[in-house]
Amino acid sequence: MKYSMKCPVIRKDPLARGIYDYLIYAPQIAEAAVCGQFVNIKAEGFFLRRPISICGIDREKGTIRLVFEVRGDGTKVISSINEGDNMDIVGPLGGKGFELSDKSKRAVIIGGGIGTPPLLPIAEHYGRNAVVITGFRSADAVILQKDYIKSGADVILCTDDGTAGRKGFVTQALSEVLEKETPDMVYACGPMPMLRGVAKMCLDKGIRTQVSLEERMGCGLGGCLVCVCRTQKNDEEVYSHVCKDGPVFEAEEVLF
Amino acid sequence: MNSLETVFAGVHFKNPIVPASGTFGYGREFSELYPLSKLGGISVKGTTLHKRNGNLPPRIAETPMGCLNSVGLQNPGIDHFINEELPWLKKQDTVVIANIAGADIDEYRQVAQKLDDTDVDMIEVNISCPNVKAGGAAFGVTCEGAAAVTKAVRAVTKKPVMMKLSPNVTSIADIAKAVEAEGADAVSLINTLLGMRIDIRTRKPILHNNVGGLSGPAVFPVAVRMVWQVANAVNIPVCGMGGVSSAEDAVEIMLAGASLVQVGAAIFADPLAPVRIIEGMESYCADNGITDISEIVGAVKPY
Ligand SMILES: Cc1cc2nc3c(=O)[nH]c(=O)nc-3n(C[C@H](O)[C@H](O)[C@H](O)COP(=O)(O)OP(=O)(O)OC[C@H]3O[C@@H](n4cnc5c(N)ncnc54)[C@H](O)[C@@H]3O)c2cc1C
Ligand SMILES: Cc1cc2nc3c(=O)[nH]c(=O)nc-3n(C[C@H](O)[C@H](O)[C@H](O)COP(=O)(O)O)c2cc1C
Repeated sequence: MKYSMKCPVIRKDPLARGIYDYLIYAPQIAEAAVCGQFVNIKAEGFFLRRPISICGIDREKGTIRLVFEVRGDGTKVISSINEGDNMDIVGPLGGKGFELSDKSKRAVIIGGGIGTPPLLPIAEHYGRNAVVITGFRSADAVILQKDYIKSGADVILCTDDGTAGRKGFVTQALSEVLEKETPDMVYACGPMPMLRGVAKMCLDKGIRTQVSLEERMGCGLGGCLVCVCRTQKNDEEVYSHVCKDGPVFEAEEVLF
Repeated sequence: MNSLETVFAGVHFKNPIVPASGTFGYGREFSELYPLSKLGGISVKGTTLHKRNGNLPPRIAETPMGCLNSVGLQNPGIDHFINEELPWLKKQDTVVIANIAGADIDEYRQVAQKLDDTDVDMIEVNISCPNVKAGGAAFGVTCEGAAAVTKAVRAVTKKPVMMKLSPNVTSIADIAKAVEAEGADAVSLINTLLGMRIDIRTRKPILHNNVGGLSGPAVFPVAVRMVWQVANAVNIPVCGMGGVSSAEDAVEIMLAGASLVQVGAAIFADPLAPVRIIEGMESYCADNGITDISEIVGAVKPY
């Protein structure tokens, strides 16, 4: 089931400059949600909702966690919602989330910038069997390191300018990891050039890779067909929809 | 009798609210939010003879109180609709309006012919999609073109035929008269208004198609005006749409002359919009002692 409801904000924490961490009480959505799905949030004064990935699901407490960056006017308005206020949410959305294998399998998880939040539940699932590579512009943009370390995964932090962790892109760290081991699964979310690089490296080695994509959306449900991404199935080009066929796709199907 | 029951072009609707073509898919996704039986009907995604991929993304741009879209009629083709979607839709206890488009008159004819011996309740003929050649806008902007498509479709089907008109014309009333003369059972309006947005930083249009169709609350006054002009010009029923997002809007466009109302882009802002509008209209009727909603159709008192 999907729900459209006003949900109370239990906690709001600023994480880094312009990035906020919200804990929302939404028991029905928490119950129905799976890792990799997203919600569509009303930004007061704007016509279209803003899609934001679910970064944590706690079915017992009935909460979901959302982490987002203020990118433009819509996310700015949403970031003015405070503890005790309601957030107007439609969810859980997305026809395909991340596919989690047996916990004993090895996984490599790669997140770039604001692409790191939706991957956190994957790290929590694989725990010490996961290597997490996160990359950010610089130290002041780094988020969720404590959460990832708590998951038990082996965490590698990269920044473009070297102000935190190691200097360089996540793809450099990934190539080093892939020299040492061949994981069973790779998961990635982040900017398109990063996803393209990750997909190429992993697919060349025959490693199953899942990526979470973004595109401008209308309804978020699959009714309006605006959020297309180019994919291929059986050698035929298919215009898939991020909201309904994704947001998670098999990297080998995406025409980057 | 329920105060919202409506008979439109000979088809019985439990209420006059219908999600608009292209904003509601084939309804499946929304059945996870509410039973589709609550709706008066569904106008399904525009369908062409063969599968179409549509335009490249981005296909949507936000605007003040609305959005531009340039989907480009992505659809799986008429056979897929008839075989895979229609049987399920027919079980949802609501009116099913097929919406068709074509690149030339023969395509319209073939698609309509395929629908003639199916269970669809009505055929809405889109001669007004601004985003692709296959959307028929070339036909929708002249009286001759609109009449020719109507005539071709009329000849191959006994289903009620509703011609969907473009607002991107000088006189929409003249186009409405032209399709009425060729045997259309109803008209629906408005389709989207052609628009454009540009990212001032990159100097690139937001839409990959450069231009796209404007819809949502921003177009509502234009829709009300056009419905009023068309309702005054023809004797066939008018299905009104364009920016309707509340029960008050639905009542207003009905006062202008619409006896059926479609709700499109409002669904993006609030997927529950059609149901909310139906409930609001029930209250409106109760509060105003209206026992039959048809009382308000065209009941505007112009100066
Ligand atoms: C499935 C999905 C999950 C996402 N998850 C997250 C997340 O967890 N955290 C996070 O910070 N961001 C996430 N995003 C990106 C987020 O939706 C955009 O940053 C946000 O919509 C920008 O809105 P704005 O009004 O601030 O920016 P503006 O640029 O003013 O927005 C203008 C329009 O473009 C759309 N838009 C702009 N950028 C994007 C984008 N990258 N993707 C889709 N639509 C966009 C907006 O929704 C709006 O309709 C996700 C996007 C998608 C599609
Ligand atoms: C994303 C999108 C796709 C659409 N696709 C179709 C279509 O396939 N066929 C059609 O006749 N109209 C289509 N339309 C037009 C709508 O049915 C409607 O005429 C228009 O959007 C105005 O109504 P609104 O303001 O309530 O959205 C589409 C509109 C949108 C926003």
